[in-house]
Amino acid sequence: MNGNSARGDWLLLIIFAAVVLTAPFTLSYIGAGYPDLLQKFAIFGIFAIGFNILFGLTGYLSFGHAAFLGVGSYASVWMFKLFTMNVIPAVLFSVTIAGIFALMIGFVSLRRSGIYFSIITLAFAQMSYNLAYSVLSPITNGETGLQVRHLAPTDRGPDYVLKLVDEDLRWIDQAFGVVEDGIPITNLFGIKMSGFEGFYFCAVLLIIGFFISIRISRSNFGMMLRAIKSNQNRLNYTGINTRPYLLAAFVISGMYAGLAGSLLAVTDPLAGAERMQWTASGEVVLMTITGGAGTLIGPVLGATIIKYFENIFSAINEGILQNLFSFMPEGLMDIFVAVVGMFVGKGWHLTLGLLFMVIVIFLPGGLMEGVRRIGNLFRRSSKSAAPQPSSQAAE
Amino acid sequence: MENVVLHVNDVVKTFGGLHALSDIDLAVREGETHAIIGPNGAGKSTLLNVCIGRLEPDSGVVVFDGEILTGKKPHEINQLGVARIFQTPEVFLDLTVLENVMVPALAKRDGAFKMNAYWPISREKNLRGEVEALLEDMGLADQANQVASTMSRGDKRRLELAMGLIQKPRLLLLDEPTAGMARHDTNATIDLLKKIKASGMTKVIIEHDMHVVFSLADRISVLARGKIIAQGTPDEIKNDPKVKEAYLGEEQV
Repeated sequence: MNGNSARGDWLLLIIFAAVVLTAPFTLSYIGAGYPDLLQKFAIFGIFAIGFNILFGLTGYLSFGHAAFLGVGSYASVWMFKLFTMNVIPAVLFSVTIAGIFALMIGFVSLRRSGIYFSIITLAFAQMSYNLAYSVLSPITNGETGLQVRHLAPTDRGPDYVLKLVDEDLRWIDQAFGVVEDGIPITNLFGIKMSGFEGFYFCAVLLIIGFFISIRISRSNFGMMLRAIKSNQNRLNYTGINTRPYLLAAFVISGMYAGLAGSLLAVTDPLAGAERMQWTASGEVVLMTITGGAGTLIGPVLGATIIKYFENIFSAINEGILQNLFSFMPEGLMDIFVAVVGMFVGKGWHLTLGLLFMVIVIFLPGGLMEGVRRIGNLFRRSSKSAAPQPSSQAAE
Repeated sequence: MENVVLHVNDVVKTFGGLHALSDIDLAVREGETHAIIGPNGAGKSTLLNVCIGRLEPDSGVVVFDGEILTGKKPHEINQLGVARIFQTPEVFLDLTVLENVMVPALAKRDGAFKMNAYWPISREKNLRGEVEALLEDMGLADQANQVASTMSRGDKRRLELAMGLIQKPRLLLLDEPTAGMARHDTNATIDLLKKIKASGMTKVIIEHDMHVVFSLADRISVLARGKIIAQGTPDEIKNDPKVKEAYLGEEQV
């Protein structure tokens, strides 16, 4: 059984990698084959995978994970501004900073469980959001957001006041004599990190992140996390100190969020406080639950579907609807356009809300539960319908 | 004088105005099976809860092998070698039977915390072999890969017992190990506990069923209204008039 499950995991990883890497071609059939959206799929997939390590395995519902996303973005943009437009140092720095940040927040908030834990994490995230907006403006550039800018002039006199939020230094790039023409684009040793190249960079990190999450959930550590979700009290009487396990899970998921935030900055080098708002924290909860909390693929699936809806449904406007219903008589068409119009365009949240309700009511285990049920259905029907060629079915 | 492993020293515990435990003094000797009996509400479970750190006594201390347990955290008490079997089976319902026993086995081997997030649990071949052997002994081998929530209540109790035994604790506290079991299950559990007894593990058993108590216990303490009213061998207890009055009389043994 062990050998099989290990082989199954490798197979899962290979299929996952294949699906992710071919996404630009396959998803173009549903109108999602363009890099901006694909990057979002990958980035929020990473975010949700990390969130699932905490929420899916331990059952601790953090409502403040967007704080780590935001911290990751700011950290990356600062790396771009101060050192280099190469993305590797930025990514590493963001993950580290988000990890340290998560260690501090987790240390405090994990003193409580259940709803109290959720509220404390929410409070921390809102604090971070408000700090980024106001007090920390010298670091975050407040409302405007932090951006990559032009280089500061090299012949700065003694009276020159350097404002780092508006002017960049890029010491490493300058030391290597990189010539900048306008505001530079992030790069990976010369490969521009925009468009499909940007997507593939995110995709590789998504696959690595997915691999790590498989390893974690199959490990001793992962089993302890599932035991925490199942019966934390009993685990304490079994001789396990649950606090460090929870803190480790919290920090790991915070680092995933930091990575996602960093990649947001890599693909579009600016960071704003709104990334830390509670709606952003809520979004990753929706993604994970929609796809299936505690499953491996569920979070990525949920992230993809929600980002797809956000981009595709919100892009449908009245004109498109009128075209769609143009075969109807005029009065009827107007009614249809008005009714359907509530669910698309700016009203796409309504569709998302309905989708979420339907999933939670009928598939409490998320979309992955639906996939499993369909799989069971097929297995049962193939067993009862064709009992004879069992040697074939076994393959 | 035999070696005293667990010493409950003048423990007092009140809930509001109710004296759940008043001046409990109890010594459990190495290797013995010590039964605590008493009518409902006598304070038996409270006493166990004080021992494992679930409840803090108002005064007095519990000493285990020279270490004061009072004030220690539950996981620290377990790591000292004190395991507890709960009255209502408290197993990890979402984990498989095998995993349920792997968790305490890892706690015993690796201590209260060990970060091992990369290598899969399936690499723990030795530990897994140990766990499978125990499950075989307990008659749970064919359910090993089943999720614990699908088990019957009696099987859950046996699983709970396995979770305690895998740690080979120096002191095992059992809270009514046969409550709610059918007669043949009870007998099977008695046989199992006798086997454990032969291995020399020190046990404290809280039990209602006199059949269980008299077939297992080396010594018995009788608890009534938060006080120990008698202590001695099963024969002494059987013939103690105070005990008859307080407890056995009601049950017509």
